Parts: sequence; structure tokens; C-alpha cells
Amino acid sequence: MDWTASLQGLVGGVLIGLSATWLMATLGRIAGISGIVGNLITQRPKGDSAWRVAFLLGLISGPLLLMALGGGLGNVAEIPGEVIGAPVGDVGLMLVAGLLVGVGTGLGSGCTSGHGVCGLARLAPRSMAATGMFLLTALVTVYISRHLLGLGGVQ
Amino acid sequence: MNSSMSQSNKSNWMKTAAGYAAGLLFGIGLAVSGMTDPARVVGFLDVAGAWDPTLMFVLGGAVITTFVGYRLVFKRTAPLLGGVFQLPTKRELDAKLLGGAALFGIGWGLSGYCPGPAIASIGGLSLPLLAMLVTMVLGWFVAKRLA
Repeated sequence: MDWTASLQGLVGGVLIGLSATWLMATLGRIAGISGIVGNLITQRPKGDSAWRVAFLLGLISGPLLLMALGGGLGNVAEIPGEVIGAPVGDVGLMLVAGLLVGVGTGLGSGCTSGHGVCGLARLAPRSMAATGMFLLTALVTVYISRHLLGLGGVQ
Repeated sequence: MNSSMSQSNKSNWMKTAAGYAAGLLFGIGLAVSGMTDPARVVGFLDVAGAWDPTLMFVLGGAVITTFVGYRLVFKRTAPLLGGVFQLPTKRELDAKLLGGAALFGIGWGLSGYCPGPAIASIGGLSLPLLAMLVTMVLGWFVAKRLA
């Protein structure tokens, strides 16, 4: 097992948790990306958009800041220290995946951050159910695509 | 009048700054943990292959930190910058929640991207990622129509 990768995962996870805590402490909001950004784009809520835009810009600039600092602080699997990894699918696959992620997180009121991090931390039954469900279908999808259909190459 | 006006401007500015700080910290967390690499995410989901445990540490670290953090935050009656704590009030496990989560999981498994890492990876822009971001936004509009 790659302990450095795991340790970086833990450190990054704690930072994500601090971000979620900070957002609740200051603005009283759940740090759910699909909710923050999705509602910004589809609803443009009056008087409730500025912090969403700022959050979005912060989210994009975080990895850029790490890249600018240098020093190999990222955790890409095949390239140690690299900050942003390459997509694993071609354009066609990603078009389908994006639609499923958008529709799914929209209907399901949340994604890995809103349900998976903030919801589980609140011990919310809806988030536990949603997280169990999307983990299950993701595991099954990867099994079918990689081991039965031979997509995604690596194995 | 003037002073209350500038007071409210100052408060808006602080809310925006707090939002930026949260996003920045979140983006750094995703990048440090390796979640901006979809291969790591798919590696975690590939339990029948060369399993990559990284995501487990990320989710574990994030949930435990947030669990403790929220406990401290909720000792207050309101957020530091005003307003109220806006928490979901729905309780029922309906078809929309479970069906939506199921669809999301399929897209997540296919691409290795959930919304946070997909957006945080914009700086390393590639055509497949751009394609995904476009249909993800389209999907949010579709979901709003269906809801």
C-alpha cells in the first residue's frame, strides 16, 4: 500500500472538513458542490449568488495555487506530486457521464460533498441512503465497465 | 442611513470573502488528496482490480473533521456573519433521492468525476473534461425541469 498517497488523502480530507465547517460557521451553509454551483447556474438566486460565485472561483483556484507553489503537493496516481490528473474516458463517454452526474445530483439533491461529507457528518438518514446508493451504483458501474466490458484499459 | 449602508456593504463583502475562503480550502483539499485525479477515484471503486484506498482516507478525514466541526459550530445559535443555519429539513427517502443518487453513481463510476473535482480540475482543462462540464450543467437544468 502507498502510505504517502493515503496520508495525503487524509490531510486533504481534513482540509475539506475544515472548509465545510468554516462555511457552516460563517454563512450557515452546507458545503455541497452540486447545490452551491447548480443552484447558482439554474436559479441565479437574488442576493444569494455572490458567495456562490466566490466559492466557485475559490474551488478552481485551489489546485492552481498548489501548482503555482510547485513542490509537488498533488497526489495524482501515476505521476507523483502532479496536481491535476487526466480524464479516464474519451469525449463520448464523458458527455454521457456528465449528463448522469448532473441529472442525478440535481434530482438527488446532492453529491459526494453534500450527502457524502456534510450529510454523513450530520448523521442525516437521507444522506446515508443517498451515499450508500451512489457508492453501490458506482462500484457496479466500474465492475461492469472494467471487468465485463473491458473499458478503461488499465486492467 | 449612510453608516448603515456601508455597514451592509461591509457585511456583504465579508460574506463573499468567506465564500471564497471556503472554496479555496475545499479546492486545495481536493488537490492535496488526489481527488483531482479521476484515476484515483476509479481505482477506489475498482474493488476487483488494483484497489486504491486513497478515497477512503479522504472521505474518512472529511467526515470526521466535519462531524467535530459542526458540533462546535452548532453551539452557537446563528452563523458568525448573520442569517440562520440553512439545513435540509426533508426526511423521507423518496424515489427522487434514491433514483437521482443511483444515476449520479453511474456517471461517477464512468468518469471518476463527481461535481467538486470536475470543477476544481478546470485549470488542467482538457476536451473530455469540458464535455463533461457542459453536460453536467445541462443535466442540472434537466433535473430542475423534472423536479
